[in-house]
Amino acid sequence: MAQSAGTRKRPLSPHLQIWRWGPGMVSSILHRVTGVGSTVGIFVLLWWLGALASGPAAYQTFATVATSPIGILVLVGVSWSVIAHTVTGIRHFVLDIGAGYELGANKLWANVCTAAGIVLTAVFWAALLLR
Amino acid sequence: MGNGTSIGRVRGLGSAHSGAHHWLSIRYTAVGSLVLTVWFGVSLLMLPTFNYAAVREWLALPVPATALALFVLVNIWHGRLGIQVVVEDYVHEEGAKFGSLLALNLISFAAAAFGLFCVVRLALGGA
Repeated sequence: MAQSAGTRKRPLSPHLQIWRWGPGMVSSILHRVTGVGSTVGIFVLLWWLGALASGPAAYQTFATVATSPIGILVLVGVSWSVIAHTVTGIRHFVLDIGAGYELGANKLWANVCTAAGIVLTAVFWAALLLR
Repeated sequence: MGNGTSIGRVRGLGSAHSGAHHWLSIRYTAVGSLVLTVWFGVSLLMLPTFNYAAVREWLALPVPATALALFVLVNIWHGRLGIQVVVEDYVHEEGAKFGSLLALNLISFAAAAFGLFCVVRLALGGA
């Protein structure tokens, strides 16, 4: 029986290990990774809402888990995912209108976006903790 | 447009403006998500505390409740479209792809229903 095109062993084009990493590649794959991370984060949001809607006892359970070391780690990860995905998403809007493809500008803004995702996450948590 | 072969008629007319629907939907939902995510982040920073009473009081207000309902919806919609792209990129076996997209749709609708139910319950003062 013939295998379908999807499962047959086919030659692969040069892949991750061949290309030299550049700022654009980092920003691009981070956009995808943080997009998946943000989608997972929706379930944290839903748990929070579900706990709120269920009453004080359920909310206390959520708060206990969320403020545990692992909970904090997840919340920091989700907040970074959302913020970084938002920043690289704006980069994609710019690229969508056909701007920012010159080598220098592309490199610069890819690096700016990657850094901004981390910096803005730090700013968010600083603002949250210093309220 | 009455003359020539069908390929001759469509040549040079550009896109049919329907094949790009998924791509455009991601952009439309991204704009909504951008606005509402900024609102959500700023709102969290402006809440004096995250204790049960304070958060309940905030979400009982009409505008925050409406914005939160939209926040839940647009992000699940945008996430569903995005995960579809990821699945189509990495899951090549037909059965697994069909199953993944089926699960994605079911989970997305369940998540949206649950999120909306919670927001409505909070806004209308149940629990």
